Amino acid sequence: MTVAKLHLKVVTPTRVVVEADVDEVTLPGALGALGILPGHAPLLCALRIGELGYRQGSREHYLALQWGFAEVAADDVTVLADVAELPAEIDVEAARADKLSAEDALRAASGEEFEQQRAQLESAVTRIAVATRR
Amino acid sequence: MANTQALRRRIRSVKSTQQITKAMKMVAAARLRRAQNLIVEARPYANSLGSVLRSLAGRVGTHRHPLLQEREERRVTLVAMTSDKGLCGAFNSNVLREAHALVLSGRWEQVDVVAVGRKGIDFFKHRGIKPVAAFGDLMSRITPAVAFALAKSLAKRFSDGETDAIYLLSNRFRSIIQQKVVLARLLPIERGELEGGAQLTSYIFEPAPRALLDHLLPRHVEFAVLRALLSSQAAEHAARMTAMGAASKNAAEMIDSLTLTYNRVRQASITKELIEIVSGAQALGER
Repeated sequence: MTVAKLHLKVVTPTRVVVEADVDEVTLPGALGALGILPGHAPLLCALRIGELGYRQGSREHYLALQWGFAEVAADDVTVLADVAELPAEIDVEAARADKLSAEDALRAASGEEFEQQRAQLESAVTRIAVATRR
Repeated sequence: MANTQALRRRIRSVKSTQQITKAMKMVAAARLRRAQNLIVEARPYANSLGSVLRSLAGRVGTHRHPLLQEREERRVTLVAMTSDKGLCGAFNSNVLREAHALVLSGRWEQVDVVAVGRKGIDFFKHRGIKPVAAFGDLMSRITPAVAFALAKSLAKRFSDGETDAIYLLSNRFRSIIQQKVVLARLLPIERGELEGGAQLTSYIFEPAPRALLDHLLPRHVEFAVLRALLSSQAAEHAARMTAMGAASKNAAEMIDSLTLTYNRVRQASITKELIEIVSGAQALGER
């Protein structure tokens, strides 16, 4: 007997990052994180900067995502992200440096600049979290 | 008659030119492969984006989004995509000739030119046309971020009302031996591209469909620019490959004909010397 699985596909404009059969997906939705299990209703949702997690059996994997959207239809989960990085690809030192510079800039910034720096800070924090997990 | 030394020098110089053109052809072939890969890798994203957009537009209707607003075309913006480097046959002149004709055609009251690629920038400078924006050194390294930034600045021009429509004029990659200059409207978005979506699934939308559509339409424009840049890049390498292949062939022909002349000249001089020796010896023998 086979248990229903989700077919997860994470693509960015430059490549297919992940394509796998998984048991559970956690998405950083624009309105809050959401978990997807097999049999989920069709969903179209905008994503923000954050961690995408997926579970295969008892093994969990994480990606650092930046913006995009996800489509869930008939156990196919398609994630279209602007940027998606695997833990192995993340340069933690660079992310830490980004975090510090964004924190500094945030103190003086306002308006659009503030939003930009906040996005940079969020992406740095996410990348560090993803890379240093486990 | 040419002397042998001058001929030898000539052959040597053609040979070294041929080495350069051969190397350039190989480099272009490698870059073409990479450019084609980029196009292929961008495809899954483009396909999903297109289908999602169509099903969304089918649901909420193509409402009055600023990027869909059609106005009477009086002031238009023409984006001419060229390469940064030359030696690629008629690649740039095809685009630029067409761009120049469009500017002078009088089809619109005013045409603002956006020059992408250094060749285009130089061309318009010589013609006394001042581009409203110029992007040099962009073709050497196309990344989504670069393409998106270009698209954002174009979309801003359009939604600020500085222009009534934006057209992209660029080479599209068809095959290695065929590149085609294509004029495509970038903005306002052609409604046809958003219609015909099959309404298969009733999605849960998060946030609301309209907000999602507002979020995705700019992305559609950004992706159209990225695709045009990638295609133009592939076409450039293909054009350079063909041009350098032809140049290498011409060099080979030239070397052949020069070698033939050289051998003839050398043979003639040997024959002449022989005749001189023989007739000298005969003259001595007859004494």
